[in-house]
Amino acid sequence: MIRYLARRAGHGLLLLVGISILLFLLFQAAPGDFLSEARMNSQISAETLAQLRAQYGLDQPLPVRYWQWIKSSAKGDFGYSFAYNTPASTLLWPRARNTLLLSIPALLISWLIAVPLGVLAAGWKGRWADRLFSGGTSALLALPDVLIALLALLIALKTGMFPVGGMTSISAQDQGTLAWLRDLSWHMVLPVAALVMGSLTIILRHVRASVREVLESSYMRAAEGHGLPRYKLLFGYALPAAANPLISLFGLSVAMLLSVSLLIEVVMSWPGMGPLLLEAILARDLFVVIGAVMLPTVFLVVGNLLGDVLLYACDPRIRRQA
Amino acid sequence: MKPLTPAFSGLRSTNSVPRFTWAVWFLLAIHAMVALAGFVAPYSFETQDREHPYARPTRLHFVDCSGKFHFHPFVYVTKAAENDLNDYQQDCAQTAGIEFFPHGDSYTILGMFSSTRHLFGVRAPANLFLMGTDGFGRDQFSRLLYGGQVSLFAGFVAAAFSVIAGLLLGGIAGMYGGTVDDVAMRFAEFFIAVPWFYLLIAVRAFLPLQISPITAFLLVVAVIGLVGWGRPARLVRGVILSARERNFVLAARGFGASNAYLLRRHLMPLTFRVLLTQMAVLIPQFILAEVILSFLGLGIGEPFPSWGNMLAQAQQYHVLVSYWWMLLPGLAPVPVFLAYHSLAETLQERIKSNI
Repeated sequence: MIRYLARRAGHGLLLLVGISILLFLLFQAAPGDFLSEARMNSQISAETLAQLRAQYGLDQPLPVRYWQWIKSSAKGDFGYSFAYNTPASTLLWPRARNTLLLSIPALLISWLIAVPLGVLAAGWKGRWADRLFSGGTSALLALPDVLIALLALLIALKTGMFPVGGMTSISAQDQGTLAWLRDLSWHMVLPVAALVMGSLTIILRHVRASVREVLESSYMRAAEGHGLPRYKLLFGYALPAAANPLISLFGLSVAMLLSVSLLIEVVMSWPGMGPLLLEAILARDLFVVIGAVMLPTVFLVVGNLLGDVLLYACDPRIRRQA
Repeated sequence: MKPLTPAFSGLRSTNSVPRFTWAVWFLLAIHAMVALAGFVAPYSFETQDREHPYARPTRLHFVDCSGKFHFHPFVYVTKAAENDLNDYQQDCAQTAGIEFFPHGDSYTILGMFSSTRHLFGVRAPANLFLMGTDGFGRDQFSRLLYGGQVSLFAGFVAAAFSVIAGLLLGGIAGMYGGTVDDVAMRFAEFFIAVPWFYLLIAVRAFLPLQISPITAFLLVVAVIGLVGWGRPARLVRGVILSARERNFVLAARGFGASNAYLLRRHLMPLTFRVLLTQMAVLIPQFILAEVILSFLGLGIGEPFPSWGNMLAQAQQYHVLVSYWWMLLPGLAPVPVFLAYHSLAETLQERIKSNI
């Protein structure tokens, strides 16, 4: 168990190192940096610029800078934000928390809906049921996430039932924890719903396809021939047999959710990683950009590890192997 | 009650051929329309009508104000309503019939043919805004067509780029095996595993922000293609690995064929089907990527339209609430995606049933 997990964790770590190196290389290749705007300003002398450059460490060669960034990441700082004059982590952590606040409920809800519905849909027979299912999911799949986010915003604006963007109301902050929690969850409804809409379909289709495949096997036919009840057959036998590829999908669904989340955060002005990343790009605040790409990758690695643990628990073949 | 498991497994009927043909024709038609945007669109993408900002879609009439029926469809001249600046009134006295092949804004098709003749239009002072106008009074329908040139072709070119890179790297990895294979596949896995949207934006982040539209287009295409080559590379490698041991390949090798020759003559053609399927899978993804980049202001910039930067205008609350037609650029990709998805599905089924 430990060895298997350690190997998977090692892969994750390699991924993180790889992406950080790639980002630094891009950083190096990029024309201009945070200070190139300042160079245009005649009030800032060349000496001051050079001084700033040295202070930010921009005059060092790439490997040195990378090593310094690793050291600062080990301390938990993730480099330095030029625009806000603080360690990048003070910007990143609250935003990461907010993104998780959206993604984790959305992830749970998507899976909780997709698994039962997908298994049931696999049991539906006949052309019309097939057509209805594939028609419905293809239509949802073809709907761009941007549009889903804009429609959610439109609902908020038109009905006035939900808050328009943001995470909390100003008034709710000093009315005690309970009121604050209620306000927060009220703000979460639409973004989470949009996220679920954006990620549900793919999971649903995979669940149905893999259960369908199991249903075609001869042992399922034998089980049905023995007169096992329909629901026991579907949920008791077909689902566990089909679980393996679905668990592998878990990690992938985390990545998908994070990508959709970026858009929804921007459109619904949810203070998560998405808006931070955009701001940092426009300000050329490069350590924040790197951090804002690295953190979702960390979430992804964690999600994949979680999937691996589940797979280990569910699949005896992997236990044997490890 | 019907049995749950199929009685004859493997005999599931797949009557997807008509849908497939339909999808192909639809895609051809829409690409032709977009490529000929100058001719099909009644206006140019930058023609502004300052008298008609946020005009709702022009209604085509068959019945006039006095209740008389006409076979020839016509529109009424509209002007700003007296009491409401955001609304327009129809002038019952002034009508204009839809004309075919009228002269209008000049345009160039494929950088070769210049003309001023359009497929259809109406004579000024009437306007034909099939999908309304934006805040500058620019015709949304025309801009959607021109925007499709950016969005659709960016997706197509980026997918072609990815697939070719995948073919080369996957082919080499599958053919030579060993260390080459290991290194190439680790790279491919890396690009597959990373949350690609963040990577896409990050790669874009390090490139200059203010650039000319052509550079922006090429840049967006290159970035999207660069991030997306992993999956096709793995698939190609799989095909080549299994084909390498097949008899005709072994025979050719026995006759003294070199690796390069084998790849070119015998192995690469086998990957054609997989690559075609990958194109159908990747193109809609990449169109979406372009739309999103432009939506976020990191892609093609004004005044050139792309479906993404057109949709970006709908982020303003007052636009979103009052002018529903500003959401149409977000709906434009839907039929295209549906067609590509059904194409990909059918191609995938064919590959499966062949193995």
